[in-house]
Amino acid sequence: MIELSEELLLRMYYKMNQARYFEEKLDELVSKGKVHGTVHLAIGQEASGVMPCLALEEGDLVSMSHRSHVQAIGFGLDVNLMMAECLGKYTGYCKGKGGSMHIADVENGNLGGNGIVGGGFNLSCGAALTQKYHNTGKVVLCFAGDGATNTGSFHESLNLASIWKLPVVFFIENNQYGMSNPVENHINIENISDRSEAYNIPGLTIDGNDFLGVYNTATKALRYARAGKGPVLIEAKTYRYSGHSKSDKQLYRDKRELIEWQKKDPLLKMKEYLRENRVFTEKQILKMEEEARVSIEQAVEFAQKSPQPELTTILEDVYA
Amino acid sequence: MMKTSDMIKMTYRDAIRLGITEEMRQDKDVIFLGEDIGTYGGAFGVSKGLLEEFGEERILDTPISEGAIVGTAVGAATTGLRPICEMMFMDFITLGMDALVNQGAKMRYLFGGQSQVPMVLRLPAGSGTGAAAQHSQSLEAWLCHVPGLKVVTPSSPAQAKGLIKAAIRDNNPVCFIEHKMLYDAVGLVPIDEDYILEIGKTIVERPGKDVTIVAYGTTLLKAIEAAEFLEEEGIKVEILNPLTLYPIEMQPIIDSVIKTGCLIVAHEAVKTGGLGGEIVARVVESEAFDYLTAPIIRLGGLDVPIPFNQELEAATVPQRNDFVHGVYRLLNRI
Repeated sequence: MIELSEELLLRMYYKMNQARYFEEKLDELVSKGKVHGTVHLAIGQEASGVMPCLALEEGDLVSMSHRSHVQAIGFGLDVNLMMAECLGKYTGYCKGKGGSMHIADVENGNLGGNGIVGGGFNLSCGAALTQKYHNTGKVVLCFAGDGATNTGSFHESLNLASIWKLPVVFFIENNQYGMSNPVENHINIENISDRSEAYNIPGLTIDGNDFLGVYNTATKALRYARAGKGPVLIEAKTYRYSGHSKSDKQLYRDKRELIEWQKKDPLLKMKEYLRENRVFTEKQILKMEEEARVSIEQAVEFAQKSPQPELTTILEDVYA
Repeated sequence: MMKTSDMIKMTYRDAIRLGITEEMRQDKDVIFLGEDIGTYGGAFGVSKGLLEEFGEERILDTPISEGAIVGTAVGAATTGLRPICEMMFMDFITLGMDALVNQGAKMRYLFGGQSQVPMVLRLPAGSGTGAAAQHSQSLEAWLCHVPGLKVVTPSSPAQAKGLIKAAIRDNNPVCFIEHKMLYDAVGLVPIDEDYILEIGKTIVERPGKDVTIVAYGTTLLKAIEAAEFLEEEGIKVEILNPLTLYPIEMQPIIDSVIKTGCLIVAHEAVKTGGLGGEIVARVVESEAFDYLTAPIIRLGGLDVPIPFNQELEAATVPQRNDFVHGVYRLLNRI
């Protein structure tokens, strides 16, 4: 059993709440027409997005999917800079050039969100190759969704990572839909992790809404990869409450399905855990939630007050 | 001017290998990955002997997974290595295009300048080997349509060494196009380990005054043959070689057209949508427009997949006589 300190539990609960508020606030801004372009929200996926990141060690790297805000908050990115990027501001992580889908903090090991489904797999192999080559002892955590596991790059990457024993953990958030396509319509096996067998690497399917299970499994997988034993494939079954993006009318799913999953909400489950185990007082729990909410309000304020990029920046940073 | 004593004779293939070897010796972060580049020595023998010198950690034989080769190189480059990767044939870049175009080329810009992607993608291109339509293409126009990439192509052994070294030292993804029919071409190559050909330059290969020809790859050699033939008739052709196809340096071409008033632009790649059209457009947009004395001629590959049969294959791409006839037409000699 992995020891959970109070400090870690606090961080877990705070970040999951921060992620939820971030997405809800962004949803609100989108519906008010305050966001140019689209956003991909991961409400409901807070445990599967945040927990693997909290299992990382200092110096580990992460590559994120197109639905990356929750993952980014888990990794420790600054919500002010994230929100500013979502609003296209110069103070954002990418100076307003990437937007919601491409938040990154490369210097600190965050290799960014990726607008190409499956685009991050082989980038992660490359980042892992660097760690192996320089013997850094660091691991790359590669996030992707269920849909991404049907791309060629998924299979090429798992094979390459397996034969070269690259220190990478492929973490699949199976949120049940590839855009509108239900997973049973696009994958003909029960568990995506079964695909690991074809590459002779460990594969695990877990409840993606169970914060503790996700954290423990990610910790073990990262330890395995760090020990030089090669990659691990994890599938976390979870659910996204929002549509694929802002234009999604969600005609492909039954509202009852959503309600069933909301009963298994990752934040609720963690709150129950905290109450049952009397880790924090009710007051402390409320305080954490409030602090998380305020941090997002402040992020919106920061973003809205931030300047637009100057037109002269258009030509900057095409080449190094 | 370099003294002959500072040069050695070698093939284009050996010159590329020499450039890679020198760079790998002086920078431990340079690694090389591709299909059959280890013991086999690469499909065209470019990496022969590198495994023995640099070992399996730096010379990485990959599975037949072009997307993973390019994508892994991008990921490695972003995190501190300087990978060289090889597509066995340029045609196979179709399988690595996402990693190259959507990831490697755009990462720096998308992230607001946070990252750099110092990698080289080696691409053996062109026809003449009897390998038919899936192993003979010249696809540089695709790559020259992607801001964030640099595209270079040497036509001589010396250029091959100077450019591969520059490409490896560059902090951007550089597509290095090697024409397969040049691998055995022999020339003098500077032995200086700091001999670098700056990326972004168009050079005058042969000075002249009557007609300007812009060509690269093996097509350049055909243009030179034509120029030698025409010289006997007193016609002096000026030949320009855009060693960097993208971003291309236009001024030397514009200056030459101002001098000659006549222009032929040529390449093996399919004429429609080819780079020749872009070069021509930039010439007519420039001050050189007023100096043109005849319509511009574009020579390019026919709009067909490259056929297998030797005669058909040769007839698909511009040859020496196409240049000769072109020059005659421009000078009203036919």
